[in-house]
Amino acid sequence: MASIHSAEPAQHANIPQEQHHDHPDLEGMRTFGFWIYLMTDVLIFGTFFAAYIVLRGNTNGGPGPAELFELNGIIVSTFLLLASSYTCGLAVLAMNKGKKRALMGWLAFTAILGAAFIGLEITEFTHLVQEGATMGTSAFLSAFYTLVGTHGLHVCIGLIWMVAVILQLASKGITPVMKRKVQTISLFWHFLDVVWIFVFTVVYLMGVS
Amino acid sequence: MRENVKSFASEFFVTGDPLIYGADVSIGLTLIAVVAGMTYFKKWNWLWREWLTTVDHKKIGIMYILSAFLMLFRGGVDALLMRTQLAMPELSFLEPDHYNQIFTTHGVIMILFMAMPFMFGLFNVMVPLQIGARDVAFPFLNSLSFWLFFAGAMLFNLSFVIGGSPDAGWLAYPPYSELMYNPGVGQDFYIWGIQISGIGSLMTGINFIVTILKMRAPGMRLMKMPMFPWSVLSSCIAIIFSFPILTATLALLFLDRYAGAHFFTLDGGGNPMMYINLIWMWGHPEVYIIVLPAFGIFSEIVSTFSKKKLFGYKSMVYAMMIISVLSFLVWAHHFFTMGSGADVNAFFALTTMLIAIPTGVKVFNWLFTMFRGKITFETPMLWTIGFIPCFVTGGLTGVLLSVAPADFQFHNSYFLIAHFHHVIIGGVVFGYFAGLYYWWPKLFGFKLNERIGKWAFWFWNIGFYLCFMPQYALGLMGMTRRVVSYSWDKGWWEMNLVSTIGAALMGIAFLFQVWQIAHGVKHSAANRDTTGDPWNGRTLEWSIPSPAPYYNFAVLPNVSSQDEWWEEKQRMEQGGAAAQSQLYTGKLEPIHMPKNSAIPILMSACCFVAGFGFVFHWQWFIIAGISGLAICMLKHSFNHDTDYYIPVEEIRSSEASKGRWTV
Amino acid sequence: MKVTKAVRRLAALLAPVMLLLAGCTDNMAVLDPKGPIAAQQRDLMIISTILCCIVVVPVLLLTAFIVWRYRDREGRKAAYTPRWEHSFKLEAIWWGIPIVIILILAVITVKGTYALEPSKPLESAQKPLTVQVTSLNWKWLFQYPEQGIATVNELKIPQGVPVRFEITADSPMNSFWIPQLGGQMYAMSGMAMTLYLQADEAGEYWGSGANFTGTHFSSMYFDVESTTQTEFDQWVKEVQAKSPALTSEGYKQLAQPSTEQKLTFSSFPEGLFERTVTKYASGHHHSPQLKEQEPADSKTPKPASHSGHSAEEHQ
Repeated sequence: MASIHSAEPAQHANIPQEQHHDHPDLEGMRTFGFWIYLMTDVLIFGTFFAAYIVLRGNTNGGPGPAELFELNGIIVSTFLLLASSYTCGLAVLAMNKGKKRALMGWLAFTAILGAAFIGLEITEFTHLVQEGATMGTSAFLSAFYTLVGTHGLHVCIGLIWMVAVILQLASKGITPVMKRKVQTISLFWHFLDVVWIFVFTVVYLMGVS
Repeated sequence: MRENVKSFASEFFVTGDPLIYGADVSIGLTLIAVVAGMTYFKKWNWLWREWLTTVDHKKIGIMYILSAFLMLFRGGVDALLMRTQLAMPELSFLEPDHYNQIFTTHGVIMILFMAMPFMFGLFNVMVPLQIGARDVAFPFLNSLSFWLFFAGAMLFNLSFVIGGSPDAGWLAYPPYSELMYNPGVGQDFYIWGIQISGIGSLMTGINFIVTILKMRAPGMRLMKMPMFPWSVLSSCIAIIFSFPILTATLALLFLDRYAGAHFFTLDGGGNPMMYINLIWMWGHPEVYIIVLPAFGIFSEIVSTFSKKKLFGYKSMVYAMMIISVLSFLVWAHHFFTMGSGADVNAFFALTTMLIAIPTGVKVFNWLFTMFRGKITFETPMLWTIGFIPCFVTGGLTGVLLSVAPADFQFHNSYFLIAHFHHVIIGGVVFGYFAGLYYWWPKLFGFKLNERIGKWAFWFWNIGFYLCFMPQYALGLMGMTRRVVSYSWDKGWWEMNLVSTIGAALMGIAFLFQVWQIAHGVKHSAANRDTTGDPWNGRTLEWSIPSPAPYYNFAVLPNVSSQDEWWEEKQRMEQGGAAAQSQLYTGKLEPIHMPKNSAIPILMSACCFVAGFGFVFHWQWFIIAGISGLAICMLKHSFNHDTDYYIPVEEIRSSEASKGRWTV
Repeated sequence: MKVTKAVRRLAALLAPVMLLLAGCTDNMAVLDPKGPIAAQQRDLMIISTILCCIVVVPVLLLTAFIVWRYRDREGRKAAYTPRWEHSFKLEAIWWGIPIVIILILAVITVKGTYALEPSKPLESAQKPLTVQVTSLNWKWLFQYPEQGIATVNELKIPQGVPVRFEITADSPMNSFWIPQLGGQMYAMSGMAMTLYLQADEAGEYWGSGANFTGTHFSSMYFDVESTTQTEFDQWVKEVQAKSPALTSEGYKQLAQPSTEQKLTFSSFPEGLFERTVTKYASGHHHSPQLKEQEPADSKTPKPASHSGHSAEEHQ
């Protein structure tokens, strides 16, 4: 068979072909892959949510949600993160208009809001630990720290990533690759915002009520 | 000072058992020999350039399969040690603690570090070739997946010489796996070995879904895709839905052990049952993850060696997708006996039975592919035919186990052990061996000796039945799993002895396979596959030279039917000398290729270091590992120079050297 | 050549089956039930095996037939249809047959699941005997609350009387299994699982811990003896008269990781079983059985035996 084959295509090599399929849409595939990754991350959070819901009554004689959480601080955090999602959206809009400086500016602003959110979270955790409510106090607190902390960890990674994207934008400009990178980080950021809405509802609102 | 070092060393290294000292010495000697050999032959540079930093899916696949074979050896030795201990009543060949470690490592290694990499190896070498792609969607990520698996596997195996092996069974049920009962580091090795390689598996799942959905050759609509990529797709869908649960669950167990959390502990309000639910939400899909690709392989082989189109293609596709979905709805059948209540048990018994339907359909379709075919019995086909009766009977016992009220008598007994070895060896291992024999010429460019292969097959097959059929009987006699010994008065020794003999035969079969490969390498020049199509194949991988060139396809194929290469050959035969290829109609153009990268192996090394730090609570290792990881990722992110083009001239001369595309 | 191969393959398939039939008809505990639960479970096994065989046996025969008839050789007369790839009728048949079989099996299973729910009391004129079972590392403690006695690794029950086992663990999770009397039930800390079993005839059986619990898990076999009611009463009296008492201190000793011979105790500390359950149950999900026994706010004593699971036992 191969002998037939080996002689054959040579003739066709000369036939001009308008269309060639050589290039899979690399950037498109990367975005698609990132969507699948986000879905897997949903499952990780889902597992932690499930653990929290199962264990939240198991306070082991220690403090429960109603005694621990101060909603005011959390509302400020929530506002910060929601605002950062909005500025992240503005960044993408600026990118689509080709405005590099505005894009970098909005991204930087997003990162600052994110950092403020993390700052508040660290303050909250420190405060709780000082009150004696630690990871080892009860199953409820283990699940609480794990769920909220995992979200915080994601935000931290997002921050480092965002700074890296800003630096790359500075040197490379708005190329197709950079467009895809900005789009994925903004996807990630909105995703974290959505997760936070659930954290806010399930952990804090339902906890205090 | 000296005393400190001494006491540290005696805790750090595993000591006390001559078996382990022997293993230590042989591991050390092998390492020294490898390093010396590599240095003497000046192969380090070659190794680094061509293998360790490669992003070529075929080479990554080969590395996966090689690792899988090494792990098969280790897991197999574990199995033989256990069978030796159980051969006669009241033996004390192994101490109970040692035995407990061995059954744990046997299970973990065979499933996670043998079956998984073997499967990923076959994904890697064949999926792009079968769908007419030049690489996977994310070559860098692919390399990272492999090295993460490798780091995880090495970390897990390290527990053999350092710190001590885990001993809580392959799924590490708490509370036994918690600090309270299991304070050693073995369980932490377990967590981090699996965690690191599991993240690699998750990324492979994403990678192959995108590859299959986005990179098929022009004209290859999903319903024209060969069956193996379909099976990979169904398996990867199960991976992306189940592995995140594993990651999360192991993270929780880690927090319990490392940070004093109370997820699954007996005190502090923890809930061990939650672990058992979560781990099986991953664990059950996991067994379908590994068996579905085997189904795909059998489909390819049965059609090739019957010289006939696969029967009931659509049924096959639907059956696999149904299995993939159902596999998520059955997890609680692993603990009918934990008092979930009749409603829950009835539900999970039903969903479990339902899986028998699509699986049965697949068996019928394979049979009717052979029906009115021209069957020949080369080694790949032998494994496939051996698989059918094996899987059918193993499936039968599976249905028996799913009858919830009867399961109260089967659970935790050797009946269960026999069942899952029956289907996992008979399904998965037979399938992967079949696939390896089938695709070997495409991978390495030479054929293996059929005679030795048949010896291996028959030793495996006979040994397999001798080993596991008696275990069904042992289960019905009341022998429970994981017992280190049993008394004479139970009347179990005859069956156990037969089982041990069977295991030994399987060990011999493995030696035959190693011999076969060594023999093949030695005589590779004489057995070279110059046609690229040694089995009269049907799918695209057989249309290119063996071994496949690094860019796979000089021009991308145009596909119009399921068995495109077979149809092409038919067209050529009918058209005679004037026939023109409809498969390859494009002209040579520069080919876009990813550049090799050292970052994946470095990242995995960092993960290994961090994982080791987590195991031993060495903060500076953790910090070093995680910062290294971050630096690597940033380095990769800032590097925009990740690909290159192969010029047309290079493709032309490469193809010409294989007798193709001559001008 | 091919013929000998087929014969060899058949031999490979049959050898273990023959061995099975020859070697072990006498001590297949699960297939030799001595109580109503085990008997029903055995029946279910047999019915489901027969149902499966309706599909499996023809498939095996068909495989042999097809592989034999359609092997490639010179001068073969059998048809060869390389493009035959689909038949709606045939495929409908083999989607259909398994569906029907599974439906039948499903009905049987669901019925069986409710009928054999382990916490469901057995129908009997006799009042059930209660035995409280605790899995310890690595021994079983049986308490007879009505008789006020306790035993270790030895279970005596009167024949023909339903026994209500309440099962818990003061150790890693175990599973309580007496193959000839019926299926197993997990022994889990913080929960009291209920399992009803009954021995129909007098005799000696054995039970085991079916779920792995560590080093000497393999030593957790125990003897089960079923006797007449009179003999049982006699035995209870003897234990009450002659055996030592199990004290709280004694229980702590017993809960330490070790293996034990058979022991009998004339009494045990009141509420020992309940305390064992509740000591792990703080903030737990209570099993329904536990709820009916224990008010939610129970007097939780400090878990004392934790220190008993010392590090060196688990290296």
